Amino acid sequence: MSTRISWDQVRHVANLARLALADDEVAGLADDLGVILDHAQDVAALDLEGIPPTAHPIPLENVLRPDEVRPSLDRAEVLAAAPEAEDGRFRVPRIMGDAP
Amino acid sequence: MTATSTAVGIAGAVRSGERSARSVVEEHLAVIAARDAELHACNHVMVDDALATADAVDAAVARGEDAGPLAGVPVVLKDNLCTRGVPTTCSSRILDGWRPPYTATVVERLLLAGGIPVAKANLDEFAMGSSTENSAFGPTRNPHDTSRVPGGSSGGSAAAVAAGYAPLALGSDTGGSIRQPAALCGVVGVKPTYGRVSRFGLVAFASSLDQIGPLATTVDDAALLLEAIWGPDAMDSTAIPSQPEALGGDTDIAGMRIGIVEELTDVEGIAPEVKAAVERAAAGLDAAGARVERVSVPSCAYGLSAYYLIAPAEASSNLARYDGVRYGLRVDAADVAEMNAKTRDAGFGAEVKRRIMLGTYALSAGYYDAYYGQAQKVRTLIIRDFAQAYERFDVLLSPTSPTEAFPLGAKTADPLAMYLSDVCTIPTNLAGHSAMSVPFGTGAEGLPVGVQVLAPAQGESVMFRVARAVEGIVA
Amino acid sequence: MTSSNVYEAVIGLEVHVELATTTKLFCGCANEFGAEPNTHVCPVCLGLPGSLPVLNRRVVDFALRLGEALHFDVPPSSIFHRKNYFYPDMPKDYQVSQYDAPICVDGWLEVDGDRIGIERAHMEEDTGKTTHVGGGGRIHDAAHSLVDYNRAGVPLMEIVSRPHIRSAEQARDYVGELRAVLEAIGVSDVKMEEGSMRVDANLSLREVGSEILGTKVEVKNMNSLRSLGRAIDHEIARQARMLDAGERVLQETRHWDEAAGVTHGMRSKEGSSDYRYFPEPDLVPVAPTQQMRDAARAAVPELPAAKRARLVEEWGISESDARVLVESAALARYAEAAVLAGALGKDVANWCLGEVLAHCNEHGLSAEVLPLAPDGLAELVGLVADGTLSRNLAKEVLRECLTRPVRPRQLVEERGLAQVSDEGELAALVDEVLGANAAAVQEWRDGDDKARKRKRGFLMGEVMKASKGKGNPQVLNRLLDDRLR
Repeated sequence: MSTRISWDQVRHVANLARLALADDEVAGLADDLGVILDHAQDVAALDLEGIPPTAHPIPLENVLRPDEVRPSLDRAEVLAAAPEAEDGRFRVPRIMGDAP
Repeated sequence: MTATSTAVGIAGAVRSGERSARSVVEEHLAVIAARDAELHACNHVMVDDALATADAVDAAVARGEDAGPLAGVPVVLKDNLCTRGVPTTCSSRILDGWRPPYTATVVERLLLAGGIPVAKANLDEFAMGSSTENSAFGPTRNPHDTSRVPGGSSGGSAAAVAAGYAPLALGSDTGGSIRQPAALCGVVGVKPTYGRVSRFGLVAFASSLDQIGPLATTVDDAALLLEAIWGPDAMDSTAIPSQPEALGGDTDIAGMRIGIVEELTDVEGIAPEVKAAVERAAAGLDAAGARVERVSVPSCAYGLSAYYLIAPAEASSNLARYDGVRYGLRVDAADVAEMNAKTRDAGFGAEVKRRIMLGTYALSAGYYDAYYGQAQKVRTLIIRDFAQAYERFDVLLSPTSPTEAFPLGAKTADPLAMYLSDVCTIPTNLAGHSAMSVPFGTGAEGLPVGVQVLAPAQGESVMFRVARAVEGIVA
Repeated sequence: MTSSNVYEAVIGLEVHVELATTTKLFCGCANEFGAEPNTHVCPVCLGLPGSLPVLNRRVVDFALRLGEALHFDVPPSSIFHRKNYFYPDMPKDYQVSQYDAPICVDGWLEVDGDRIGIERAHMEEDTGKTTHVGGGGRIHDAAHSLVDYNRAGVPLMEIVSRPHIRSAEQARDYVGELRAVLEAIGVSDVKMEEGSMRVDANLSLREVGSEILGTKVEVKNMNSLRSLGRAIDHEIARQARMLDAGERVLQETRHWDEAAGVTHGMRSKEGSSDYRYFPEPDLVPVAPTQQMRDAARAAVPELPAAKRARLVEEWGISESDARVLVESAALARYAEAAVLAGALGKDVANWCLGEVLAHCNEHGLSAEVLPLAPDGLAELVGLVADGTLSRNLAKEVLRECLTRPVRPRQLVEERGLAQVSDEGELAALVDEVLGANAAAVQEWRDGDDKARKRKRGFLMGEVMKASKGKGNPQVLNRLLDDRLR
């Protein structure tokens, strides 16, 4: 069984992952992903009907905190880490797409 | 190990006033200064902070206060643990220069116990790798043979302990990232039960697998550090809310039932000397009164595949936040989406991009059930199979890594070959259990070999008892 | 050509409501509207590397309360998922939300006798707020944008109705009723204008009688009940026009432009709808205990529908008056407290729906913060009822009492506003006025019905003026009638 990942698929996934891949990266990743997913076929092919998935290895529930205020960070310190800030806010280049 | 170089020995001497924390720290900083140009185990040496912390410990001792169980003990921190005001890079360009405005819970607890962070250790970028070659700042070298890798991803932490930078280090283990480098560098490395140590302040790789743990030169030192950092934490929803059982100092294993896991021992590409080491350790345990048998944990065979679907999937989401908006690197562009994409392409290394792509693919429409969903079911199988094994055995045994340390560059061109070096350690993370690597002699090339002791969830106490016994056997 | 009446609208509403907690969903930063930008932020809500979320207990309590109020099933366990997409207002570039295991499923709300099904209600985190600089503040024309993360991580409930709504009017009524319920159970401020309640509509048209659904369009950005109604009407007309012209309606998300009164298609990045949901590994399941459920049930007060029915019954007010009164939980509470203080329900309702509501609306106030306590309103009602104060003067007194802390009786005494009912005193006054307006009296006598009515009104006004508004109008009317016979 061989998993072939096309360059177009790689570009589509890179778009979802917000990675501006160079062409040589696209080619390399198409090969790498194919090899790794091939290896994963043993898992993909298992018949696991009726087996529940495990999202947390140690089951806990209802971990809740009281609705009490804790100190926030100092804004100057927060914005000092930003690549660009203006007027007490994080500055970003213009936004072309609407929020989904 | 001499008493003066172990954490237990140093803490005792500092608490009694026999040695000053400052002198201890200065000695260790001198070792770092002498060796790190060659080994590159550290991304950042915290000289001023370490000396200031040491002075505070000395002042506490002078006032007659309890300076804590780790009083004056230098500790190296993996550079994916947040330290307020101190660079925290994850060995990635994308976080180059970032200084967190807060400190990880484990580091807070370390300081509270009198421990002294001395350096931030190199790692595979975002802890993704098994050789520390995926660091944006260059690889770490194995102190036993500088042409070889120290393992990874906590390779900097393991090399630092092996080279005497500090008797203790903290690492993180997602699929073996503490145990495998510990084995390759000849030190003790512990992956505690998932949730036993708070992850608050550990930069996430794969949230349902990540766990912080100690590296040390002795089992007792590892216990000392683990007991200082573990326990419930209100800042981590996945932290186990009960107090852990103390590790004690027992070495008696008479009557204990120990199983050698076939699926983790008879693995593809295992070095005969590594397998032989496990058998010698088993014989030693048998001689000490334990009953050793072979056991099959069948679904472990699927561990690697399941891991390389789950970990990248979670990572693809965890690493989305590195987008050039709030902190870290930004590559300018005309609009924000392009800025995000260029920043991430420039800021992440090849392995991180590979895993983000793999994880994004595995979660994307149409593939979720076949990959991520299926892998989560395999976790259930692995947990069930281990549960069966633990009905018959108190602890399990296996190699930590199939091979000794390999030469730099040997596996960088072949991701799958690199992934296979975690084959013995991964099932523990998938199950959320505890496991540790104990150094056990050397292999064919004269380099350290580790034996892995596996225990069920919250089985640290019995695991440490067996680890002490392994440590006491002459390899 | 107006053939749009052959179509039927099929509408489902997604209502996002900000919960009135003290802190955010997953961290201890204050949940407070209007603070200086980026002052309510911490490692968790900024998504800093290494930070982890911990769920706010009160959010779960509020969700369970909502579950009770809207007749939801609350499954034994619910979990959070991550919804992955990149957007600069989202610090982690994923939103922690609930996906296929929400806390509330399969509820309903009765609106004007129709039961509107509600598919689900789930907990999720809000995003930050972007401001667009240059280009008139419009997102796509802006030179750059600025982000404030104070709102990031504020707890939201998303309440998703079934497509049971058929018109703009019904949509407005549904949201109005939902708003009243949310306010009554105390989980939200429900201020659409401040963005604490946001509504998106999913709308398609089908031919009347057909079971086949048309293409669904999502309309966003309605920030008041009025704009919700306008947007739906507009969208129905737009789709009907397209169908009439034989065009295909595109499945898309459209943005309501309030100023222009139109919707237009939104721009989205290719592939952005693949959210790659997966269970949030940093959070554990929420499994409401019996104790939590019981506490939620106990915390749900009388709901608006029941309250309306009771007020109609007990106070003898109209259904529509009851509706307006109960629409604001605070006003209803105020009125009930006044009745409890001894005033007649019908009178209290009249004052509350008149002066009190007008005052609250004009100044954007909640009835809770008025300087006149409910028993003060009861006092005023009593002064009118026992004849001490005329209705007209009572209005003046009330207006003043609503702006400064003074009791009605105190004001009446200070100003000498008490009504005069003494027959002798008023009769003298009437005679004096008639004497001074002999011409008008003559015109009354000579006039037809219409003129008589006008002149009588004029004379009554003069009499009232002469009494400085204090004369008892009933007595004055009788006295005037006596003399104009």
